[in-house]
Amino acid sequence: MNLLQVREMMLFTAEKMVESEPELTALDQVIGDGDHGIGMKRGFAAIIVLLQNPNFNAIDIGDLFNQIGTKLMTSMGGASGAIFGTFFRAGGKSIAGTTDFNAETLSKLLNDGWQAVYQRGNAKPGDKTMVDALAAAAKTATELTSAKLTDALPKIVESAMQGAENTAQMIAVFGRAKNLGERSIGHKDPGSVSMAFILKYMNDYLQTA
Amino acid sequence: MRKPKKLLNDLNNVRHEVMQGLVYAYNGKLTAITDYCAVYGNHIQADQVVIISGGGSGHEPTFAGFVGQGGIDGCALGEVFTSPSPDQIIEVTRAIEKGKGVLFLYGNYSGDGMNFDISAEILAEENIVSKTIRATDDIASAPLSKIADRRGVAGIMFLYKIAGAAAQLEKYNLDDLYRVVNKANTYVRTIGVALDGCALPQSTNFNFELAADELEIGIGIHGEAGLRRQAMTSSDDIVEEMIDRLCADLPFNNNDRVCVLINNLGALSNTELLIITRKVGIELDRRGMISHDVVVGHYCTSLEMSGFSISLFKLDDELQHLYDLPCHTLGWRK
Repeated sequence: MNLLQVREMMLFTAEKMVESEPELTALDQVIGDGDHGIGMKRGFAAIIVLLQNPNFNAIDIGDLFNQIGTKLMTSMGGASGAIFGTFFRAGGKSIAGTTDFNAETLSKLLNDGWQAVYQRGNAKPGDKTMVDALAAAAKTATELTSAKLTDALPKIVESAMQGAENTAQMIAVFGRAKNLGERSIGHKDPGSVSMAFILKYMNDYLQTA
Repeated sequence: MRKPKKLLNDLNNVRHEVMQGLVYAYNGKLTAITDYCAVYGNHIQADQVVIISGGGSGHEPTFAGFVGQGGIDGCALGEVFTSPSPDQIIEVTRAIEKGKGVLFLYGNYSGDGMNFDISAEILAEENIVSKTIRATDDIASAPLSKIADRRGVAGIMFLYKIAGAAAQLEKYNLDDLYRVVNKANTYVRTIGVALDGCALPQSTNFNFELAADELEIGIGIHGEAGLRRQAMTSSDDIVEEMIDRLCADLPFNNNDRVCVLINNLGALSNTELLIITRKVGIELDRRGMISHDVVVGHYCTSLEMSGFSISLFKLDDELQHLYDLPCHTLGWRK
Protein backbone atom coordinates (compact mmCIF):
# COMPACT_ATOMS: atom_id res chain seq x y z
CA MET A 1 0.00 0.00 0.00
CA ASN A 2 1.24 3.50 -0.72
CA LEU A 3 0.85 6.56 1.49
CA LEU A 4 -2.44 7.66 -0.07
CA GLN A 5 -3.98 4.21 0.35
CA VAL A 6 -2.88 3.96 3.99
CA ARG A 7 -4.36 7.40 4.60
CA GLU A 8 -7.68 6.26 3.09
CA MET A 9 -7.54 3.06 5.18
CA MET A 10 -7.04 5.03 8.37
CA LEU A 11 -9.85 7.44 7.47
CA PHE A 12 -12.19 4.47 6.97
CA THR A 13 -10.96 2.98 10.28
CA ALA A 14 -11.59 6.26 12.09
CA GLU A 15 -15.15 6.46 10.73
CA LYS A 16 -15.85 2.90 11.86
CA MET A 17 -14.38 3.56 15.31
CA VAL A 18 -16.70 6.55 15.73
CA GLU A 19 -19.63 4.29 14.78
CA SER A 20 -18.51 1.74 17.40
CA GLU A 21 -18.99 4.18 20.28
CA PRO A 22 -22.27 2.68 21.65
CA GLU A 23 -20.80 -0.83 21.71
CA LEU A 24 -17.61 0.32 23.48
CA THR A 25 -19.59 2.46 25.91
CA ALA A 26 -21.80 -0.49 26.83
CA LEU A 27 -18.72 -2.63 27.55
CA ASP A 28 -17.15 0.05 29.73
CA GLN A 29 -20.30 0.74 31.73
CA VAL A 30 -20.09 -2.81 33.05
CA ILE A 31 -16.46 -2.69 34.08
CA GLY A 32 -15.14 0.89 34.03
CA ASP A 33 -16.74 4.29 34.40
CA GLY A 34 -18.40 4.30 31.00
CA ASP A 35 -16.19 6.86 29.28
CA HIS A 36 -14.05 4.62 27.05
CA GLY A 37 -16.37 4.70 24.01
CA ILE A 38 -16.85 8.45 24.35
CA GLY A 39 -13.10 8.99 24.52
CA MET A 40 -12.40 6.79 21.48
CA LYS A 41 -15.12 8.58 19.56
CA ARG A 42 -13.61 11.95 20.49
CA GLY A 43 -10.16 10.78 19.36
CA PHE A 44 -11.17 9.21 16.06
CA ALA A 45 -13.53 12.07 15.21
CA ALA A 46 -10.42 14.26 15.47
CA ILE A 47 -8.58 11.81 13.16
CA ILE A 48 -11.37 12.19 10.57
CA VAL A 49 -10.97 15.97 10.68
CA LEU A 50 -7.18 15.61 10.45
CA LEU A 51 -7.19 13.24 7.46
CA GLN A 52 -9.96 15.08 5.58
CA ASN A 53 -8.13 18.39 5.85
CA PRO A 54 -6.83 19.20 2.34
CA ASN A 55 -3.77 20.81 3.93
CA PHE A 56 -2.85 17.65 5.83
CA ASN A 57 0.58 16.47 4.81
CA ALA A 58 2.53 13.40 5.89
CA ILE A 59 6.09 12.88 4.65
CA ASP A 60 5.77 9.10 4.60
CA ILE A 61 3.69 6.27 6.11
CA GLY A 62 5.61 6.34 9.39
CA ASP A 63 4.92 10.05 9.72
CA LEU A 64 1.23 9.45 8.97
CA PHE A 65 0.92 7.03 11.91
CA ASN A 66 3.00 9.33 14.11
CA GLN A 67 0.67 12.25 13.38
CA ILE A 68 -2.37 10.06 14.04
CA GLY A 69 -0.86 9.14 17.42
CA THR A 70 -0.16 12.75 18.32
CA LYS A 71 -3.72 13.72 17.44
CA LEU A 72 -5.19 10.87 19.50
CA MET A 73 -3.01 11.78 22.47
CA THR A 74 -4.01 15.42 22.42
CA SER A 75 -7.71 15.04 21.66
CA MET A 76 -8.69 12.11 23.86
CA GLY A 77 -7.11 12.66 27.25
CA GLY A 78 -7.41 9.92 29.84
CA ALA A 79 -5.41 6.70 29.98
CA SER A 80 -6.74 5.71 26.55
CA GLY A 81 -5.38 8.87 24.91
CA ALA A 82 -1.93 8.29 26.40
CA ILE A 83 -1.90 4.59 25.49
CA PHE A 84 -3.35 4.64 21.98
CA GLY A 85 -1.44 7.85 21.24
CA THR A 86 1.81 6.27 22.40
CA PHE A 87 1.09 3.15 20.32
CA PHE A 88 0.66 5.04 17.05
CA ARG A 89 3.43 7.55 17.74
CA ALA A 90 6.03 4.93 18.61
CA GLY A 91 4.82 2.52 15.93
CA GLY A 92 4.93 5.30 13.36
CA LYS A 93 8.42 6.44 14.37
CA SER A 94 9.68 2.86 14.10
CA ILE A 95 8.75 2.78 10.41
CA ALA A 96 9.87 6.30 9.56
CA GLY A 97 10.69 6.63 5.88
CA THR A 98 8.33 3.85 4.82
CA THR A 99 6.71 4.36 1.43
CA ASP A 100 5.30 0.84 1.00
CA PHE A 101 3.12 -0.49 3.83
CA ASN A 102 3.40 -4.29 3.88
CA ALA A 103 3.32 -7.20 6.34
CA GLU A 104 6.86 -6.48 7.47
CA THR A 105 6.28 -2.80 8.25
CA LEU A 106 2.97 -3.64 9.93
CA SER A 107 4.79 -6.15 12.13
CA LYS A 108 7.36 -3.53 13.09
CA LEU A 109 4.64 -0.98 13.84
CA LEU A 110 2.77 -3.44 16.06
CA ASN A 111 5.83 -4.75 17.90
CA ASP A 112 7.54 -1.41 18.51
CA GLY A 113 4.19 0.16 19.38
CA TRP A 114 3.61 -2.62 21.90
CA GLN A 115 7.01 -2.07 23.55
CA ALA A 116 6.33 1.66 23.89
CA VAL A 117 2.90 0.99 25.40
CA TYR A 118 4.52 -1.35 27.90
CA GLN A 119 7.10 1.27 28.87
CA ARG A 120 4.36 3.88 29.32
CA GLY A 121 1.85 1.89 31.33
CA ASN A 122 3.68 -1.27 32.49
CA ALA A 123 0.83 -3.54 31.43
CA LYS A 124 1.86 -7.09 30.50
CA PRO A 125 -0.18 -9.67 28.60
CA GLY A 126 -2.69 -11.12 31.05
CA ASP A 127 -3.34 -7.83 32.86
CA LYS A 128 -6.69 -7.35 31.09
CA THR A 129 -5.79 -4.30 28.99
CA MET A 130 -5.49 -3.38 25.31
CA VAL A 131 -2.05 -5.05 25.46
CA ASP A 132 -3.78 -8.44 25.38
CA ALA A 133 -5.12 -7.69 21.90
CA LEU A 134 -1.98 -5.84 20.78
CA ALA A 135 0.49 -8.48 21.95
CA ALA A 136 -1.51 -11.26 20.30
CA ALA A 137 -1.60 -9.27 17.05
CA ALA A 138 2.11 -8.41 17.21
CA LYS A 139 3.13 -12.05 17.80
CA THR A 140 1.12 -13.26 14.82
CA ALA A 141 2.48 -10.41 12.69
CA THR A 142 6.05 -11.46 13.56
CA GLU A 143 5.38 -14.90 12.07
CA LEU A 144 3.90 -13.49 8.86
CA THR A 145 6.40 -10.82 7.80
CA SER A 146 7.05 -12.45 4.43
CA ALA A 147 3.34 -12.97 3.60
CA LYS A 148 1.29 -10.59 1.49
CA LEU A 149 -0.44 -7.92 3.58
CA THR A 150 -3.86 -9.09 2.34
CA ASP A 151 -3.07 -12.58 3.67
CA ALA A 152 -1.36 -11.53 6.88
CA LEU A 153 -3.78 -8.89 8.16
CA PRO A 154 -6.86 -11.18 8.46
CA LYS A 155 -4.84 -13.58 10.64
CA ILE A 156 -3.50 -10.69 12.73
CA VAL A 157 -7.07 -9.47 13.23
CA GLU A 158 -8.16 -12.96 14.25
CA SER A 159 -5.42 -13.05 16.92
CA ALA A 160 -6.31 -9.58 18.17
CA MET A 161 -10.02 -10.45 18.43
CA GLN A 162 -9.12 -13.65 20.30
CA GLY A 163 -6.79 -11.64 22.56
CA ALA A 164 -9.67 -9.28 23.36
CA GLU A 165 -12.01 -12.21 23.90
CA ASN A 166 -9.53 -13.78 26.36
CA THR A 167 -9.59 -10.69 28.58
CA ALA A 168 -13.05 -11.77 29.77
CA GLN A 169 -11.34 -14.49 31.81
CA MET A 170 -8.77 -12.16 33.38
CA ILE A 171 -8.76 -10.19 36.61
CA ALA A 172 -8.16 -6.47 36.04
CA VAL A 173 -5.02 -5.02 37.62
CA PHE A 174 -5.14 -1.55 36.03
CA GLY A 175 -7.55 1.35 35.89
CA ARG A 176 -10.91 1.59 37.56
CA ALA A 177 -11.78 -2.05 36.81
CA LYS A 178 -8.98 -2.99 39.22
CA ASN A 179 -11.25 -2.34 42.17
CA LEU A 180 -13.70 -4.94 40.93
CA GLY A 181 -11.05 -7.63 41.43
CA GLU A 182 -12.60 -11.02 40.66
CA ARG A 183 -15.87 -9.28 39.83
CA SER A 184 -14.18 -8.16 36.59
CA ILE A 185 -14.14 -11.78 35.36
CA GLY A 186 -16.72 -12.43 32.64
CA HIS A 187 -16.38 -8.98 31.09
CA LYS A 188 -14.08 -8.04 28.22
CA ASP A 189 -11.70 -5.14 28.58
CA PRO A 190 -13.05 -2.29 26.39
CA GLY A 191 -9.54 -1.11 25.47
CA SER A 192 -8.62 -4.53 24.11
CA VAL A 193 -11.80 -4.53 22.03
CA SER A 194 -10.89 -1.08 20.66
CA MET A 195 -7.41 -2.31 19.72
CA ALA A 196 -8.88 -5.33 17.92
CA PHE A 197 -11.50 -3.16 16.20
CA ILE A 198 -8.84 -0.78 14.83
CA LEU A 199 -7.06 -3.71 13.15
CA LYS A 200 -10.35 -5.24 12.04
CA TYR A 201 -11.44 -2.05 10.27
CA MET A 202 -8.02 -1.62 8.68
CA ASN A 203 -8.47 -5.13 7.27
CA ASP A 204 -12.07 -4.48 6.17
CA TYR A 205 -10.79 -1.58 4.09
CA LEU A 206 -7.84 -3.55 2.74
CA GLN A 207 -9.98 -6.48 1.59
CA THR A 208 -12.45 -4.26 -0.32
CA ALA A 209 -9.96 -1.74 -1.70
CA MET B 1 -35.63 3.06 37.64
CA ARG B 2 -34.59 6.64 38.46
CA LYS B 3 -32.78 8.41 35.60
CA PRO B 4 -30.10 11.11 35.89
CA LYS B 5 -31.43 14.64 35.61
CA LYS B 6 -28.92 17.34 34.68
CA LEU B 7 -29.09 21.03 33.86
CA LEU B 8 -26.47 21.32 31.11
CA ASN B 9 -26.00 22.90 27.69
CA ASP B 10 -23.76 21.33 25.05
CA LEU B 11 -22.56 17.93 26.29
CA ASN B 12 -19.39 18.33 24.23
CA ASN B 13 -18.56 21.63 25.89
CA VAL B 14 -18.93 20.80 29.58
CA ARG B 15 -15.34 21.41 30.66
CA HIS B 16 -15.06 24.64 28.69
CA GLU B 17 -18.20 26.00 30.30
CA VAL B 18 -16.86 24.97 33.72
CA MET B 19 -13.68 26.91 32.88
CA GLN B 20 -15.69 29.97 31.84
CA GLY B 21 -17.61 29.77 35.10
CA LEU B 22 -14.34 29.67 37.02
CA VAL B 23 -12.98 32.70 35.17
CA TYR B 24 -16.07 34.76 36.01
CA ALA B 25 -16.13 33.58 39.62
CA TYR B 26 -12.45 34.43 40.10
CA ASN B 27 -13.33 37.95 39.02
CA GLY B 28 -10.03 38.97 37.46
CA LYS B 29 -7.73 36.66 39.42
CA LEU B 30 -7.65 33.83 36.88
CA THR B 31 -6.49 33.60 33.27
CA ALA B 32 -7.79 30.94 30.87
CA ILE B 33 -5.78 29.41 28.05
CA THR B 34 -8.99 28.82 26.17
CA ASP B 35 -7.77 26.61 23.33
CA TYR B 36 -6.18 24.21 25.79
CA CYS B 37 -8.80 24.30 28.53
CA ALA B 38 -6.26 25.25 31.15
CA VAL B 39 -6.11 28.06 33.72
CA TYR B 40 -3.57 29.87 35.86
CA GLY B 41 -3.69 32.43 38.61
CA ASN B 42 -2.67 36.06 38.24
CA HIS B 43 -0.78 35.97 41.54
CA ILE B 44 2.32 34.11 40.33
CA GLN B 45 5.66 35.69 41.24
CA ALA B 46 8.88 35.61 39.24
CA ASP B 47 10.93 33.96 41.99
CA GLN B 48 8.76 30.97 42.83
CA VAL B 49 8.52 27.32 41.85
CA VAL B 50 5.12 26.84 40.19
CA ILE B 51 2.62 24.16 41.22
CA ILE B 52 0.53 22.66 38.45
CA SER B 53 -2.30 20.22 38.86
CA GLY B 54 -4.96 18.76 36.65
CA GLY B 55 -7.52 16.05 36.42
CA GLY B 56 -10.91 15.18 35.13
CA SER B 57 -13.79 17.61 35.58
CA GLY B 58 -16.71 16.58 37.75
CA HIS B 59 -15.04 17.12 41.16
CA GLU B 60 -15.45 20.89 41.45
CA PRO B 61 -14.03 22.88 43.14
CA THR B 62 -11.23 20.29 42.83
CA PHE B 63 -8.92 20.77 40.97
CA ALA B 64 -8.92 24.18 39.27
CA GLY B 65 -10.89 25.85 42.08
CA PHE B 66 -7.76 25.70 44.24
CA VAL B 67 -5.74 27.98 41.98
CA GLY B 68 -4.86 31.20 43.75
CA GLN B 69 -2.68 32.88 46.33
CA GLY B 70 -1.57 30.25 48.82
CA GLY B 71 -2.94 27.50 46.59
CA ILE B 72 -1.81 26.02 43.29
CA ASP B 73 -0.68 28.11 40.33
CA GLY B 74 -2.03 26.39 37.23
CA CYS B 75 -4.38 23.61 36.27
CA ALA B 76 -5.41 21.61 33.20
CA LEU B 77 -9.07 20.60 33.00
CA GLY B 78 -9.87 17.20 31.52
CA GLU B 79 -13.24 15.99 30.27
CA VAL B 80 -15.52 14.72 33.03
CA PHE B 81 -13.70 11.93 34.92
CA THR B 82 -10.98 11.89 32.24
CA SER B 83 -7.41 13.07 32.68
CA PRO B 84 -6.25 16.09 30.68
CA SER B 85 -3.99 15.46 27.68
CA PRO B 86 -0.29 16.39 27.55
CA ASP B 87 -0.74 19.43 25.31
CA GLN B 88 -2.93 21.08 27.95
CA ILE B 89 -0.42 20.41 30.72
CA ILE B 90 2.49 21.54 28.56
CA GLU B 91 0.80 24.82 27.52
CA VAL B 92 -0.06 25.89 31.06
CA THR B 93 3.45 24.99 32.19
CA ARG B 94 5.04 27.02 29.40
CA ALA B 95 2.78 29.94 30.26
CA ILE B 96 3.73 30.22 33.92
CA GLU B 97 7.04 28.48 34.64
CA LYS B 98 9.66 30.97 35.83
CA GLY B 99 12.89 28.99 35.49
CA LYS B 100 12.66 27.70 39.07
CA GLY B 101 10.97 24.46 38.08
CA VAL B 102 7.51 23.00 38.43
CA LEU B 103 5.86 20.63 40.88
CA PHE B 104 3.19 18.47 39.27
CA LEU B 105 0.73 17.59 42.02
CA TYR B 106 -2.32 15.49 41.15
CA GLY B 107 -4.34 12.45 42.17
CA ASN B 108 -2.88 8.99 41.65
CA TYR B 109 -4.80 7.63 38.66
CA SER B 110 -3.30 5.76 35.71
CA GLY B 111 -4.55 8.23 33.08
CA ASP B 112 -3.32 11.30 34.95
CA GLY B 113 0.02 9.62 35.65
CA MET B 114 0.68 8.78 32.01
CA ASN B 115 -0.39 12.16 30.64
CA PHE B 116 1.65 14.12 33.22
CA ASP B 117 4.66 11.84 32.66
CA ILE B 118 4.51 12.40 28.89
CA SER B 119 4.30 16.16 29.57
CA ALA B 120 7.25 16.08 31.95
CA GLU B 121 9.36 14.24 29.36
CA ILE B 122 8.54 16.76 26.63
CA LEU B 123 9.10 19.74 28.95
CA ALA B 124 12.46 18.29 30.05
CA GLU B 125 13.56 18.61 26.42
CA GLU B 126 12.82 22.34 26.77
CA ASN B 127 14.94 22.44 29.96
CA ILE B 128 11.94 22.83 32.25
CA VAL B 129 12.69 20.88 35.41
CA SER B 130 9.82 19.13 37.14
CA LYS B 131 9.08 16.86 40.05
CA THR B 132 5.90 14.88 40.58
CA ILE B 133 3.80 14.03 43.60
CA ARG B 134 0.67 11.90 43.28
CA ALA B 135 -1.83 12.18 46.12
CA THR B 136 -2.60 8.79 47.64
CA ASP B 137 -4.96 9.55 50.55
CA ASP B 138 -7.83 7.11 49.89
CA ILE B 139 -7.29 4.30 52.41
CA ALA B 140 -10.04 2.14 50.91
CA SER B 141 -8.39 1.92 47.48
CA ALA B 142 -5.45 -0.32 48.45
CA PRO B 143 -3.94 -1.78 51.62
CA LEU B 144 -1.25 0.14 53.52
CA SER B 145 1.38 -2.27 52.16
CA LYS B 146 0.55 -0.96 48.67
CA ILE B 147 0.18 2.70 49.60
CA ALA B 148 1.64 3.85 46.26
CA ASP B 149 -1.38 2.22 44.54
CA ARG B 150 -3.88 4.27 46.52
CA ARG B 151 -6.00 6.86 44.74
CA GLY B 152 -6.01 10.56 45.48
CA VAL B 153 -9.28 12.04 46.71
CA ALA B 154 -10.43 14.99 48.86
CA GLY B 155 -7.25 15.10 50.97
CA ILE B 156 -5.37 16.60 48.02
CA MET B 157 -6.58 20.04 49.12
CA PHE B 158 -4.34 19.80 52.18
CA LEU B 159 -1.41 19.10 49.86
CA TYR B 160 -2.35 22.10 47.72
CA LYS B 161 -2.47 24.21 50.87
CA ILE B 162 0.99 23.13 52.02
CA ALA B 163 2.49 23.37 48.53
CA GLY B 164 1.06 26.83 47.86
CA ALA B 165 2.26 28.23 51.17
CA ALA B 166 5.72 26.71 50.74
CA ALA B 167 6.28 27.75 47.11
CA GLN B 168 4.57 31.14 47.00
CA LEU B 169 4.91 32.52 50.52
CA GLU B 170 8.07 30.84 51.86
CA LYS B 171 9.84 30.52 48.49
CA TYR B 172 10.90 26.90 48.94
CA ASN B 173 13.08 25.67 46.09
CA LEU B 174 11.91 22.66 44.07
CA ASP B 175 13.78 20.07 46.15
CA ASP B 176 12.48 21.45 49.45
CA LEU B 177 8.98 21.82 48.06
CA TYR B 178 9.02 18.22 46.90
CA ARG B 179 10.25 17.09 50.33
CA VAL B 180 7.58 18.92 52.33
CA VAL B 181 4.66 18.03 50.05
CA ASN B 182 5.80 14.43 49.97
CA LYS B 183 5.82 14.45 53.77
CA ALA B 184 2.34 15.94 53.81
CA ASN B 185 1.16 13.25 51.40
CA THR B 186 2.23 10.57 53.89
CA TYR B 187 0.26 12.36 56.66
CA VAL B 188 -3.15 12.55 54.91
CA ARG B 189 -5.82 9.86 55.06
CA THR B 190 -9.35 9.86 53.60
CA ILE B 191 -12.31 7.50 53.48
CA GLY B 192 -15.65 8.01 51.74
CA VAL B 193 -19.21 6.71 51.96
CA ALA B 194 -21.89 6.80 49.27
CA LEU B 195 -25.65 6.55 49.55
CA ASP B 196 -26.21 6.89 45.78
CA GLY B 197 -24.24 7.00 42.54
CA CYS B 198 -23.59 9.66 39.94
CA ALA B 199 -23.87 9.79 36.15
CA LEU B 200 -21.52 11.06 33.45
CA PRO B 201 -23.11 13.91 31.46
CA GLN B 202 -23.39 11.75 28.32
CA SER B 203 -24.85 8.79 30.15
CA THR B 204 -28.48 7.89 30.66
CA ASN B 205 -27.61 5.67 33.62
CA PHE B 206 -25.99 6.09 37.01
CA ASN B 207 -22.49 4.60 37.17
CA PHE B 208 -23.56 2.47 40.09
CA GLU B 209 -26.77 1.87 41.98
CA LEU B 210 -27.41 1.22 45.63
CA ALA B 211 -30.64 -0.18 46.96
CA ALA B 212 -32.91 2.12 48.97
CA ASP B 213 -31.70 0.57 52.23
CA GLU B 214 -28.02 0.30 51.29
CA LEU B 215 -24.83 2.35 51.57
CA GLU B 216 -21.25 1.72 50.43
CA ILE B 217 -18.16 2.26 52.58
CA GLY B 218 -14.89 3.18 50.89
CA ILE B 219 -16.36 4.55 47.66
CA GLY B 220 -14.02 6.30 45.19
CA ILE B 221 -14.71 9.73 43.71
CA HIS B 222 -15.60 8.21 40.32
CA GLY B 223 -17.80 5.57 41.89
CA GLU B 224 -14.99 3.02 42.19
CA ALA B 225 -16.12 0.06 44.24
CA GLY B 226 -15.52 0.46 47.95
CA LEU B 227 -14.77 -1.92 50.80
CA ARG B 228 -18.31 -3.22 51.23
CA ARG B 229 -22.00 -2.51 50.88
CA GLN B 230 -24.16 -2.74 53.91
CA ALA B 231 -27.61 -1.94 55.23
CA MET B 232 -28.32 1.69 56.14
CA THR B 233 -27.56 2.46 59.74
CA SER B 234 -27.19 5.56 61.92
CA SER B 235 -24.85 8.41 61.02
CA ASP B 236 -22.94 7.90 64.27
CA ASP B 237 -22.27 4.21 63.54
CA ILE B 238 -20.84 4.94 60.12
CA VAL B 239 -18.70 7.85 61.29
CA GLU B 240 -17.32 5.79 64.16
CA GLU B 241 -16.21 3.05 61.79
CA MET B 242 -14.67 5.59 59.39
CA ILE B 243 -12.69 7.27 62.17
CA ASP B 244 -11.57 3.87 63.45
CA ARG B 245 -10.29 2.94 60.01
CA LEU B 246 -8.57 6.30 59.45
CA CYS B 247 -6.89 6.32 62.85
CA ALA B 248 -5.67 2.74 62.52
CA ASP B 249 -4.16 3.39 59.11
CA LEU B 250 -1.57 6.14 59.66
CA PRO B 251 -1.89 5.61 62.65
CA PHE B 252 -3.19 8.78 64.32
CA ASN B 253 -2.52 8.82 68.04
CA ASN B 254 -3.32 10.57 71.29
CA ASN B 255 -2.06 14.20 71.21
CA ASP B 256 -1.65 14.29 67.45
CA ARG B 257 -2.57 17.68 65.97
CA VAL B 258 -4.82 17.17 62.99
CA CYS B 259 -6.71 19.16 60.39
CA VAL B 260 -10.08 17.65 59.61
CA LEU B 261 -12.03 17.81 56.35
CA ILE B 262 -15.63 16.70 56.23
CA ASN B 263 -16.36 16.80 52.52
CA ASN B 264 -19.67 16.62 50.71
CA LEU B 265 -19.37 14.35 47.64
CA GLY B 266 -22.22 16.20 46.00
CA ALA B 267 -25.80 15.68 46.98
CA LEU B 268 -25.83 14.96 50.70
CA SER B 269 -27.67 17.60 52.72
CA ASN B 270 -25.59 20.01 54.79
CA THR B 271 -27.88 19.05 57.65
CA GLU B 272 -26.54 15.52 57.52
CA LEU B 273 -23.00 16.80 57.00
CA LEU B 274 -23.08 18.77 60.26
CA ILE B 275 -24.48 15.81 62.16
CA ILE B 276 -21.54 13.82 60.76
CA THR B 277 -19.18 16.65 61.75
CA ARG B 278 -20.48 16.55 65.32
CA LYS B 279 -19.62 12.87 65.62
CA VAL B 280 -16.17 13.33 64.06
CA GLY B 281 -15.45 15.84 66.84
CA ILE B 282 -16.69 13.46 69.53
CA GLU B 283 -14.53 10.61 68.19
CA LEU B 284 -11.34 12.66 67.85
CA ASP B 285 -11.82 14.18 71.33
CA ARG B 286 -12.36 10.72 72.77
CA ARG B 287 -9.00 9.66 71.31
CA GLY B 288 -7.26 12.71 72.78
CA MET B 289 -6.44 14.14 69.36
CA ILE B 290 -6.16 17.91 68.90
CA SER B 291 -8.35 19.33 66.14
CA HIS B 292 -6.20 22.17 64.82
CA ASP B 293 -8.66 23.14 62.09
CA VAL B 294 -11.99 21.80 60.85
CA VAL B 295 -13.22 22.33 57.30
CA VAL B 296 -16.78 21.39 56.29
CA GLY B 297 -18.42 21.62 52.88
CA HIS B 298 -18.11 20.83 49.17
CA TYR B 299 -14.41 20.53 48.37
CA CYS B 300 -13.99 17.40 46.27
CA THR B 301 -17.24 16.30 44.74
CA SER B 302 -18.21 13.44 42.49
CA LEU B 303 -20.87 15.06 40.30
CA GLU B 304 -24.23 14.47 42.02
CA MET B 305 -23.10 11.53 44.15
CA SER B 306 -24.86 11.43 47.49
CA GLY B 307 -22.22 10.81 50.10
CA PHE B 308 -19.33 12.30 52.01
CA SER B 309 -15.71 11.72 52.92
CA ILE B 310 -13.66 12.36 56.02
CA SER B 311 -9.98 13.34 55.75
CA LEU B 312 -7.44 13.68 58.54
CA PHE B 313 -4.13 15.48 58.09
CA LYS B 314 -1.49 15.20 60.79
CA LEU B 315 0.66 18.27 61.40
CA ASP B 316 4.21 18.67 62.59
CA ASP B 317 5.74 22.10 63.29
CA GLU B 318 6.77 22.77 59.69
CA LEU B 319 3.41 21.68 58.29
CA GLN B 320 1.48 23.65 60.90
CA HIS B 321 3.38 26.83 60.06
CA LEU B 322 2.63 26.39 56.35
CA TYR B 323 -0.97 25.39 57.00
CA ASP B 324 -1.64 28.52 59.04
CA LEU B 325 -0.54 30.89 56.27
CA PRO B 326 -3.45 32.46 54.35
CA CYS B 327 -4.91 31.21 51.09
CA HIS B 328 -7.34 32.86 48.70
CA THR B 329 -8.81 30.44 46.20
CA LEU B 330 -12.34 29.91 44.93
CA GLY B 331 -12.66 26.59 46.70
CA TRP B 332 -11.07 27.57 49.99
CA ARG B 333 -10.28 30.86 51.70
CA LYS B 334 -8.34 30.94 54.91
